[in-house]
Amino acid sequence: MEFLYDIASLINSTLRISTPLVFAAMAGIFAERSGVIDFSLEGKMLMAAFVAAVGSYFLGNPWLGLLLAIIACVSLSMLHGFASVTYKGDQVVSCVAINILIIGLTTALAAAWFGQAGLTPTLNEDQRFLEVNLPFAESLRDVPIIGTIYSDILSGHYIFVYLAYLSVPLVFWIVFKTSFGLRLRAVGENPSAVDTAGINVFVMRYKALAINGVLIAFAGAHLSTAVNANFFREMSAGRGYLALAAMIFGKWHPKTALVACLLFGFTDALQIRLQGVELPAIGEIPVQLIQAIPYVLTVVLLAGFVGKAIAPNAIGQPYIKER
Amino acid sequence: MVSPILELTNINKSFGHVHANKNINLTINKGTIHGIIGENGAGKSTLMSIVFGLYQANSGTIKVNGKEINLRSPKDSIINGIGMVHQHFMLVENFTVLENIILGFEGELVFGKNLEKAKKDLKDLCDTYKLNIDLNSTISDLSVGFRQRVEILKSLYRGAEILILDEPTGVLTPQEVDELFKILRSLKEEGKTIVLITHKLIEIMDLTSEVSVMRQGEMVGHTKTENTNKEQLAEMMVGRSVLLRLDKSEVKAGEVLFSVKNLTVKDDLDVTRVKNVDLEIRSGEILGLAGVTGNGQTELLEALSGIRKVESGEIYLEGKKVSDSQKFLDPRELKDKGLAHVPEDRQRMGLVTDFKAYENLIFGYHDQQPFSKSSVLNHRDIISHSKKIMEEYDVRPQSPNLITSNFSGGNQQKIILSRELNENPKVLLVGQPTRGVDIGAIEFIHQRLIDMRDRGAAILLVSVELDEVLSLSDRIVVMFDGMIVGEKENKNVTDRELGLLMAGVV
Repeated sequence: MEFLYDIASLINSTLRISTPLVFAAMAGIFAERSGVIDFSLEGKMLMAAFVAAVGSYFLGNPWLGLLLAIIACVSLSMLHGFASVTYKGDQVVSCVAINILIIGLTTALAAAWFGQAGLTPTLNEDQRFLEVNLPFAESLRDVPIIGTIYSDILSGHYIFVYLAYLSVPLVFWIVFKTSFGLRLRAVGENPSAVDTAGINVFVMRYKALAINGVLIAFAGAHLSTAVNANFFREMSAGRGYLALAAMIFGKWHPKTALVACLLFGFTDALQIRLQGVELPAIGEIPVQLIQAIPYVLTVVLLAGFVGKAIAPNAIGQPYIKER
Repeated sequence: MVSPILELTNINKSFGHVHANKNINLTINKGTIHGIIGENGAGKSTLMSIVFGLYQANSGTIKVNGKEINLRSPKDSIINGIGMVHQHFMLVENFTVLENIILGFEGELVFGKNLEKAKKDLKDLCDTYKLNIDLNSTISDLSVGFRQRVEILKSLYRGAEILILDEPTGVLTPQEVDELFKILRSLKEEGKTIVLITHKLIEIMDLTSEVSVMRQGEMVGHTKTENTNKEQLAEMMVGRSVLLRLDKSEVKAGEVLFSVKNLTVKDDLDVTRVKNVDLEIRSGEILGLAGVTGNGQTELLEALSGIRKVESGEIYLEGKKVSDSQKFLDPRELKDKGLAHVPEDRQRMGLVTDFKAYENLIFGYHDQQPFSKSSVLNHRDIISHSKKIMEEYDVRPQSPNLITSNFSGGNQQKIILSRELNENPKVLLVGQPTRGVDIGAIEFIHQRLIDMRDRGAAILLVSVELDEVLSLSDRIVVMFDGMIVGEKENKNVTDRELGLLMAGVV
């Protein structure tokens, strides 16, 4: 029973930890499927976390904080588009600039407004998202198996967790079953084909970046107004890069990207669970070694499998119409 | 009955300092096949891209069916019944035929009823024009000829009444060209108007009823095709009289200088691309290697020049073994032994296009006297050598300090040729010597190759241009699916026979 409970709690944390990765990977799919590299998922996630926390603190409503985060992230995406789509700059450079800007900006603004470098005030219960208990979770808890799955694994998460996993089929549907998705994929593969079909390549890429901004905002808000009750310095902690890796590992496909996100989330959940655990014969594993697991796995997966992943054909190339 | 469907008046277009179209006037009559001929860079494609709405003219008016239209994007052209099949196909390779065709004209947000209707309409179009396309196949699985048909079908589905084809035959086998011309004629019979952009005189004479000639951005003549001939058109294109047939003296072939025995080569994806090939080239002989692109010629040429590993078999230079699967000489060592190579893809392998002309003129020989002494480049000698050689090979403009990418395709090719021929190699491997090169320069390059042969060199000419192979070679071998499928003396062979071999039919 103890063992079953361990497994349940491990799955539960996997779902929670993977949430920002899933949002970010879905955001990345929109940008990169349209042919625009998005290395700035990290910076945008950090920006969203900051804006959501500050917005919610001043306005007293986490939903308004989320709305402001969406506006901030869409603006950053537009900035990226302005530099790399309209002005055909190097997409990676534009992203790195955004990432560096946001690290400094969030720290400085937090210091200016709240007197603490890179820290925002703790949000009270009205100012943050609370865990959602699904109906009948309490009464079903004692039913074997179903109760564990329903009450211990599925129930009791923040709203973002549910939204993240609902977003995956939605993204799949948009990308593969709608005319917008067809144009999106085409513009990342061969923008000339899209242009000669009478569709504006630049508008398509801006649309994709706008959706990218909305999705990544959810990841940031999840960090600062749901699992935590404030923003702290560099709290995105590389999740944007990890999500990018998951997206590449998932071959720019929502379903496989989800699997990759869950895998990364699971290793993270596992390392938290393993900390301080005495293993027979070995004894306690050094915490640094355990913490390294997700990163080692990332390197191994990327090195071993990404060779087979084929990126959208036109990724990273600005569309130049006239010679 | 003759009524103009498309009228262009005073079209001007500049890219930076380049005036690509100067005061162009053009009238195209409904239901005709109208040819536009001119050398590379004459402005044909630019003009048609303006008509298709891809580029915007700086000035001028465009009328369709007598009504002036404003073309801001291809969408406006498509609405006005203009379709274009580009030289480089505008297809998404990992999409299906159907997806490519409906792109931009999906008709609804979520695929459903309209998709079924589109399928039915497309089937009808395929039947009418005998296009024979499977809508569900992926573009990357289709041959070049079929991809082109998909482009034609795409334009028709979008309601094209005027169909512009930009150099449509460059990548096709003679049989595929026949098929294409059949389709174009049946389109004409159904009342469609065809605009054919080409630099091949024979296509104009074969297919068109009217022809317009462009030279250096200007329209220099219009005429009914029946009132002109190839020589006259060539003269209008180039602005001077051109020799269409090469004067080639009989040369007695000497001893075997270069030979290949049972050669097998794999590509980067470990696919066998050259299968048990045997070749012999004698002194004073041009051996032409014909074949449709992608049948192993590239890999063969790379293996022969020392760039690609030999899987099995042997290569002999002047009777001495230079390469087999165990050891092979690299391009430098081969060069020292008198083998020169003009690669197929000049911009990727033949030149560093961002470098200056003089740098490209000495690459591979840069460490030899007088270009360098103890690893230091001798600038003055390099420049004077470059000037001399650029004059000799008629590279225009004659400025060694100009960045290579600023030269036209033909002049870039002359830079490579002059570099390789200047050393008087015993064996010359040359791939696609005149791809993207204009008529005037083709004549020059061909003459140089003949001169080399007359002086006793052994030349392997790899080309997808059948005309070129036929006019230069003494002997012709045809490659299909990595194998040599036929060998002919170039005395009484016809392009029909070669075409069948190239298509793997015989």
